[in-house]
Formats: sequence, C-alpha cells, structure tokens
Amino acid sequence: MGVDLSNYLTLAAIVFTIGIAGIILNHKNIIIILMSVELILLSVNINLVAFSAYSGDLTGQAFALFILTVAAAETAIGLAILVAYYRNRGSIAVEDINSLKG
Amino acid sequence: MRVGASSGGFAATVSRTREKGSDEGLTMQADAVFFWIFAPILVASAFAVILARNPVQSVLFLILAFVCAAGLFLLMGAEFLAMILVVVYVGAVAVLFLFVVMLLDVDFARMRQGFVQYLPQGLVIAFCVGLELVYVVLGFGPSPRAAVAATPSGTLSNTAALGEVLYTRYFYFFQAAGMILLTAMIGAIVLTIQHKAGVKRQDVGAQVGRTPETAVEVRKVPSRAGI
Repeated sequence: MGVDLSNYLTLAAIVFTIGIAGIILNHKNIIIILMSVELILLSVNINLVAFSAYSGDLTGQAFALFILTVAAAETAIGLAILVAYYRNRGSIAVEDINSLKG
Repeated sequence: MRVGASSGGFAATVSRTREKGSDEGLTMQADAVFFWIFAPILVASAFAVILARNPVQSVLFLILAFVCAAGLFLLMGAEFLAMILVVVYVGAVAVLFLFVVMLLDVDFARMRQGFVQYLPQGLVIAFCVGLELVYVVLGFGPSPRAAVAATPSGTLSNTAALGEVLYTRYFYFFQAAGMILLTAMIGAIVLTIQHKAGVKRQDVGAQVGRTPETAVEVRKVPSRAGI
C-alpha cells in the first residue's frame, strides 16, 4: 500500500476544513483566528508540495516558499496590530473592535 | 534549459528515494508507515488548535502540527521546505504567537462564550467546504504530461535545484518576497514602538540641518586678551 497524491490532497482538505471551522467556532478570539489562518495556509502548502513532487516540477515548491514568506509577514503584522490595539484599549475581544465602522 | 534540467534533478532525487534497488516495496511501505504516523497526528493537533481551552495549548499544538507537516514534506522530497518550516515557523512565528499570548493579559474565558452557540453554524460551513474539497479530490485524474515530467535526470539536491529555479525563473518574485518581509518588519516596528517622555533621543534632522550660520560663531579675539 503506497502513498499517492490523493492521500496528501485528502489530508490537506481535512486540515483546510478544520481551519475554516476554527475561524467560525472561535470567532471571539482573534489569536485563535490567526492560528486557524496559519493552518489553512499550511494545508495549501501541503497541496502545492504534493503536486510538485507528483509532477516533478519545482514550481510548486517555489510558490510554497513564497506563501511561507507572506504568511510570516502577515502573522508579524497581525500580532503587532494586536499589541498596539491592546495598549490603546486594554482588550482584544473581537466584538469590541467596532470603532472603525462607518 | 537549465531550469528544466534542475527540476528533472529533483524528480531524480524523489525517484531515488522511492526505488533504492530491489527493495522498492519496502521503501514504499516505509513511506506509507510514516505517512500514517504523521497525518493522523497532524489532523489531531489541528483539531486541538481550534478546540483547546487555553491559547497557550493551542500554540503548542500548532507547533506539533507544523512539525508533522515538516515530516510530510520530507516524505515528499521537499527537504528545504521542511527545514524552513521547522526553523521559520516553529522557531519564529510560533514563538511570536506564544509571546503575544503570554504578554497580553486577556480574559480568555469570556472569549469562549459563543463557542457552543456557533457550533452548528461552524459545523455546517465546515461540512460544505469539506464536501466541495472531497468533490474536487474525487474528480482529480492524473494528466499524461505529469508522467513525462517525472523522468529522472541529473543529480542535484532539492535545495540546489530550488535555488536554481528561485534565482533564475522566479527572481522578481523572490525580490518581491524580500520587499514584503522588509515592509512587514518596518510596519511591525512602527506599530509597536513607544516613545517615552523624558528620554533624550537623537534628532537626525536637526543634526543634518545645521549650517555654519547656526553652528559656528566667529569672534574677533584681541591679541593677549582672550575672550
């Protein structure tokens, strides 16, 4: 019993779904939301690397590297915004972050 | 073309790890064993990330998920990405999460209040997304081009092959990624820097803006008198 492409694709789909569910279930905790976004990006990376290994083309791995870069930048900026917001308001509850609306 | 040759080299490394002489079946079995070790741990830790009561536990399970994904990347022959995942994600991003979770004094019990209330909606949406993904995976068929591309040639390592692609064909993307990281670094610093009152700081503008008229005073000093 070998491991082929569909195993990896199924695994990535499961992790992606868990990430989506995590965003909805923990909609009050923005830190868990950021972690769920990380899970989603990880599943996309698994997909890209699986296709890259399957087709013998390095393009998938190059783009997985770029996704890692952008995800790291996004996490850094998001956490910096959280820290700045916490300093100003003393809270990071998502339902309190509504002072920007219209 | 150099890039095509290097991607062929990658295919060679993959097929070398898959074949290894006569014990091909054994290697395939080892592949399957490690896949079925890493994949369930990855799924379980992903569940634990979104279900854990304490965000510190969530971060630790996120680290476990990243380590399992790195193992899967190794299994697929992407050694460089596996190492980058461990070094950058486990070493930097997850630790950043850990710092922020521990730094901010947040009432996490209050944040879990809507969890049960939103459970049905979350499950419905996750079910729909999962159904779509299952549909996509089931409808997937191998293309004839893929089998042609996987023919082994050359003996570059994965890291060298990735570097050859990255510095030639995707050079501008690579530079753009660097600019994104620079922007993120400057943005994070600007967002979180604090200027305390009463601390003397260097004012570069004032220093550079000095002219001889404002900085130097010329006096006529009489001989043997001093100023």
